[in-house]
Amino acid sequence: MASHILSLIVLTPAIGALLLAFVDRKNVSVIRQGALMISCVTLALGILMAGSFEGSTLGYQMVETHSWIPGLGIGYHLGIDGISILLVLLTCFTMPMVFLSTWKAVGTRVKEFNICLLLMQTGMLGAFVALDIILFYLYYEAMLIPMYLIIGIWGGKRRIYAALKFFIYTMVGSLLMFLAILYLWQHTGTFDLPLMLERLRTSTPLDPQAQFWLFGAFTLSFAIKVPLFPLHTWLPDAHVEAPTAGSVVLAGVLLKIGTYGLIRFAVPLFPLAALEFQPLLCWLSLIGIIFGALMALVQDDIKKLIAYSSVSHLGFVVLAIFVFDASAITGGVLQMVNHGLSTGMLFLLIGVIYERRHTRELSDYGGIARVVPVYATFFIIATLSSIGLPGLNGFVGEFLILAGTFKVDPLYGTVAATGVILGALYMLKLVRLFLFGPIIHDENRVIPDLDAREWTYLLPFVLLMIWIGLYPKPFIEMVQPSIEHYLQLFAY
Amino acid sequence: METKLLWIPLLPFIGFLLNGMFGKKFGPRVVSWIGCLAPLGALAVTYSSWKQLTGVVDRLDQVVFPWIWLEGILEIPFKLTFDGLSATMCLVITGVGSLIHLYSIGYMRGDAGYHRYFAYLNLFTAFMLILVLADNLLLMFVGWEGVGLCSYLLIGFWFEDDANCVAGKKAFIVNRIGDFGFLLGMFLCIVHFGSLDFGVLTDREIIAGVAASSAWGMPAVGATTLITLLFFFGATGKSAQIPLHVWLPDAMAGPTPVSALIHAATMVTSGIYLCCRLMPLFESSPVCMAVIAGIGATTALFAAFIAFSQNDIKKVLAYSTVSQLGYMFFAIGMGAFSAALFHLVTHAFFKALLFLGSGAVIHAMHHEQDMRKMGGLRKQLPFTHMMFLIGTLAIAGMPPFAGFFSKDEILFSGFMNAFGEGASGQAQIFWGISFLTAGMTAFYMLRCLALTFWGESRVAPETVNKVHEPGGWIAFALFALAIASTVGGFLGVPAILGGHNVIGHFTGLHVETSGLSAAALETHHAMEWTSMILSLVMAAGGLVLGYFFYGSLADVRKSLTSENPIGQRLRHLSGNKLFVDELYHKVVVRPIEILSWLLFFFIDRLLIDWILVEGTALVTRATGDFFRRMQTGFIPGYLMTFGCGVLVLLYILLNILTGNGS
Repeated sequence: MASHILSLIVLTPAIGALLLAFVDRKNVSVIRQGALMISCVTLALGILMAGSFEGSTLGYQMVETHSWIPGLGIGYHLGIDGISILLVLLTCFTMPMVFLSTWKAVGTRVKEFNICLLLMQTGMLGAFVALDIILFYLYYEAMLIPMYLIIGIWGGKRRIYAALKFFIYTMVGSLLMFLAILYLWQHTGTFDLPLMLERLRTSTPLDPQAQFWLFGAFTLSFAIKVPLFPLHTWLPDAHVEAPTAGSVVLAGVLLKIGTYGLIRFAVPLFPLAALEFQPLLCWLSLIGIIFGALMALVQDDIKKLIAYSSVSHLGFVVLAIFVFDASAITGGVLQMVNHGLSTGMLFLLIGVIYERRHTRELSDYGGIARVVPVYATFFIIATLSSIGLPGLNGFVGEFLILAGTFKVDPLYGTVAATGVILGALYMLKLVRLFLFGPIIHDENRVIPDLDAREWTYLLPFVLLMIWIGLYPKPFIEMVQPSIEHYLQLFAY
Repeated sequence: METKLLWIPLLPFIGFLLNGMFGKKFGPRVVSWIGCLAPLGALAVTYSSWKQLTGVVDRLDQVVFPWIWLEGILEIPFKLTFDGLSATMCLVITGVGSLIHLYSIGYMRGDAGYHRYFAYLNLFTAFMLILVLADNLLLMFVGWEGVGLCSYLLIGFWFEDDANCVAGKKAFIVNRIGDFGFLLGMFLCIVHFGSLDFGVLTDREIIAGVAASSAWGMPAVGATTLITLLFFFGATGKSAQIPLHVWLPDAMAGPTPVSALIHAATMVTSGIYLCCRLMPLFESSPVCMAVIAGIGATTALFAAFIAFSQNDIKKVLAYSTVSQLGYMFFAIGMGAFSAALFHLVTHAFFKALLFLGSGAVIHAMHHEQDMRKMGGLRKQLPFTHMMFLIGTLAIAGMPPFAGFFSKDEILFSGFMNAFGEGASGQAQIFWGISFLTAGMTAFYMLRCLALTFWGESRVAPETVNKVHEPGGWIAFALFALAIASTVGGFLGVPAILGGHNVIGHFTGLHVETSGLSAAALETHHAMEWTSMILSLVMAAGGLVLGYFFYGSLADVRKSLTSENPIGQRLRHLSGNKLFVDELYHKVVVRPIEILSWLLFFFIDRLLIDWILVEGTALVTRATGDFFRRMQTGFIPGYLMTFGCGVLVLLYILLNILTGNGS
C-alpha cells in the first residue's frame, strides 16, 4: 500500500470526479458533501504520506515506476522529495477548505463545478509528484482546462475575456516548453527526469548554446505561471473574474507550479544557463517585488490588490530560487506554502464578504470591523501573515529568503528587503479602508458575522499560520536536506 | 527552577487569549480580573527570578524550543535569558505595566471595546517581555515587531475615527522603515558573526576580529560600524528619534493609559535597550557612537523646542518623551550606557505618572485635551495637581525626585566628554545642546502645569461643574507612581553624594572609575560637582522662568512671541513642528503615490497589457485574417503553394540528414 500512496493521492480526486458524474445533478447537497469527503480522504492520505516521509533521506521517496509507452521512453514515474512534499500537502490541505467555501457561493451547475475542481486537484497533485516529464506535462496541461472552465463559466462579468487571456497566455508558454521537451528527448532518449539528469551530466551533456535556448523555453513557461514581472498581467484579470474557489486555488496552489517547475526542471536540467540567466531573473524578481507592491497600493478592487501582492510575494520566491543558497531556497519552498496559506485565506475572506455585499470595491466598505468583529480578526491575522509579522508563518520564509540572498549579494538582499516596508504599506491601507474608519454605507451595518461553516474552513488556516510561525522546525527539516542535495548540482 | 522564565511572557499572553476570545461573554468584571492578574503574575515571577540572581548566579537561561532551525546553517533557538539588564526591564514593564492595567479599569470603564482593550494591552505586555528576555536578535525581533503591532492596534483602538487609524498606520509604517535597518543589521551579523546570539555579538574578542574586517565595497566603514548604524536606525524608528520621530506625537490618538505604557514607559525605550544589550558592539564603533550622541542631542533639543508651543496636553508630553529619549541616546553616545538605562527607569516612572495624570485631567474634563480650555484646575483637582507637580519636578530634574539623579548622571557624562581628558569640540557642542535642553524641559513642563492647573479657569461652562477627582484604581496608580518618581532616583545616587550606583552594577553596564589615582579622582569629583550645580541651576532657571512667564509676567511673554518678529517666527516653527510632516509628505509620501499611479497607467496598463499583450493578440488576429484571405478556393493556387512547401521541407530534411548538426 505504502508504495502506491502517491498514485492513490493523485487519483483519488479524479475517481471522485468520476463517481460524482453519476450523481443526479439535482442532488446538490450530496454532490457538495461528496466532493468535500473526497478531498478530505485525499488530505488524510496526504498526512499519512507525510508521516512516512523521511526528511533525512536524499533523493526521491515512495517512488512508483511502471513502463507506460516504452517505445517512446515515457514511463509512469512518481516520487516525492523535500521540494515537493510541502506543496502536495498544501494542495491536499487547501482543497477541502475550498469545497466548503463553495457551498453557498456556487449555486449554478454545482455538479460540473465540483467535478472541475476535483479534476484540477488531480492535475495539481500529479504535476507535483510526476518524475517523468511527459507525465508532468500532461498534468500541467490538464490543470489548465478545468481552470479555464471555472473562470469562463462561473466567473464575473468579463469572465470570457479573462479566461481566454489566462488560457492563451499559459498555452503559449507551455507550447514552447513542449518543443524544448521534445528536443531533450531527442538528445537524451528518455523522458524520465532522474535518468535524463544523469545522462545530461555524464554521457550526453548539452552544449551551452542549446542549454541557453532550452532554459529560456522552460523558464518562460514557468515564469508566466508564477507570474514573473512583466508576464503578470493575466493574473489580476483572472483573479478578479474568477469565482472565490478559483481564486483560492489559483493563488494558493496553481501559481506554485510555476516556481516548483523552476526548481524541479528548469534549473537542474540546464544549470549553466541558469547561472547565466541569474542576474536577469534576480532583477526581474526584484522589480516584481517592488512593482507588484506599488501596483497593489493603487488598486480599488480588493481582489486586484491581493493579485498584485501575489506578484510581489512570488518575486521573493523566484529570487530565492536564483540566488542558489541553501537557506534562501529552503525559505523559498516554505514561502510557497506560506503564500498559499495567507493569500488563499485572504481570497476566502474576500469571498465571504462578497457573498454578503456583492461588491469588491474598496470604497463600498469601511468601518465593518464593528459590525463583523470575528471576520475582521481573521482578516487581520491573514494580513499580518502576509506582511511577515514575526511569530506567524510569513516571517519565517521571508527571513530565510532575505538572509540567504543577502549572504550571496547584499544589493539583492537590500533591495528585496524594501518589499517588507512596501508590503505593510498596501496591506495596512487595505485594512484601514476596508475594516476601519467610520461606516459610510448603511448596507454595511447589517452584515452577519462568520457562521459555523466559515469558521470551520478559516480556522485551520490560522492554526497552520501560527504553527509554521512558531515551530517551523518540522517543515524545515523536511525541506532542507533535499535542498542541500539539490545545490550540489552547482558544486562542479 | 529554570522553567519559570517562560511564564513571564506567557501569563500576559494567556490573558490575551482568554480576553480576546471570550472577553465578550465574560463581562467587564472578569475581563478586568484576568487583564490585571496577568501582568501582576508576570511581576511575581519576575520578582522571584530576580531573587535568584543575587550572589553567584548572574543569569538564568531557558531554551524553550528550537525555532528557526536550519541544521548547520542558521540555528536560532527560542531561548530566554534573565540577567541584570533583562531583570531591570522586566521589573519596569511588569511593575509600571501592572499599575497602568489597574488604572485602565477606571479609565476605560464603560467602553464598548473593554475586553478588546485589555486583550491588546496584555498582548503588548507579552511581546514587550519577549523583547527584553530574548537571547538572540531574531527572537528579540519577534517582540520588537509584536509591540509595534499592539501599538498599531491600540493607537487605532477607536477605529471609527479615521484619524486614529491613519495615526496607527503611520506608526506601523514608520516603525517598519526602522525595522528595515534592523533586518539588514541582522543579515550583516549573520554574514560577519555567523550568529545572532547575544553571547556571540557581545564577545569583545570576536567583535575586535570583525571590526578589523570591512563591509563589502566600503573599506572605510568597518563592519561593526555598519552593523551598529543599521541597528541604531532601527532604534530611531522604535524610539522616535530623528529622522523617524514623526509617528510618536500622532500616536497620542490612542487611549491615554496606552500612551503612558507603550508610548512613554516601555515600547519606545526598546531602542535604548537594544543599544545597552549590544553595548560592546556599539562601543567598538566610535563613528556610530558619535552619530548616536549627535542624533540624541539634536532630537532632545528639537523636540523640546516643539513642546514649547503645543496646546494639546498629551502632545506636550509626547514631544517631551521624544526629547527625553534623545537624552538617553545622548548618554549612550557618550558611552554612559548605565546612565541611559537609569534614566530609562526613572523616566518610566515619572512619564507614566505625567501621562496618567493628564489622563485623569482628560477624564475629569470629559475628553477635553486642549490646555487652552483648562486652567485653574488646581482647586477642583488638588490630588491630581499634586501628582502632576511631582511628575513635573521629577522630569525637570529637581532633587530629590528621580529625574534629578538620572539626568545628572547623563549630563555629567556629557560634561566629562566635553571638558575632561580627550575632550573634543564636537562633544562640547553635544553637551551644550543637552544642557540647554535641560532648561527648556523645565520650562515647557512648567508651562504645561501652569496652563492646566494654575491661573484663571478657562473651562467651558457646561463642563466646569462636572469636573471631579478620580477615585479608585486611577488614584491608586497615580499615587504609586508618584512614590516611585520621588524615591526612584535612589537606585543610582552618585558617589559624591555618598551613593552607590546600584542599577549600573546590577545591569553590568557600569564602567568602573576605580582605576583612577587619588588626584585624578579629586578632579573627577570636582567636575561632577560642577556639572551637578550647573544642571541644577539650569533646571531651576527653566522652572522659574516658566513660573513667571505663565504667571505674573505673561505680558512680557506675549509681547515676545507675538510682537517680536524673531519670536513670531520661532513660535510659528515650533507650533508647526518644524514642518517635518509636511516635508515627508512632499518628499516621500506623495512621490510614492504618484509614482505608483504613473507606473500603473503607463507601464502596467499601457505598455505591458495594452501594447505588448493585447498588441500581440491584435497582430496574431491580423495575421490570421491575412491568411484567411488566402483561402481563395482557387485549386491551382493551392497546388502551387503545396509544391513550394514540399520543396522547402525537402531542403530542410536533406540538410538535417547530411549536415548532422552544425
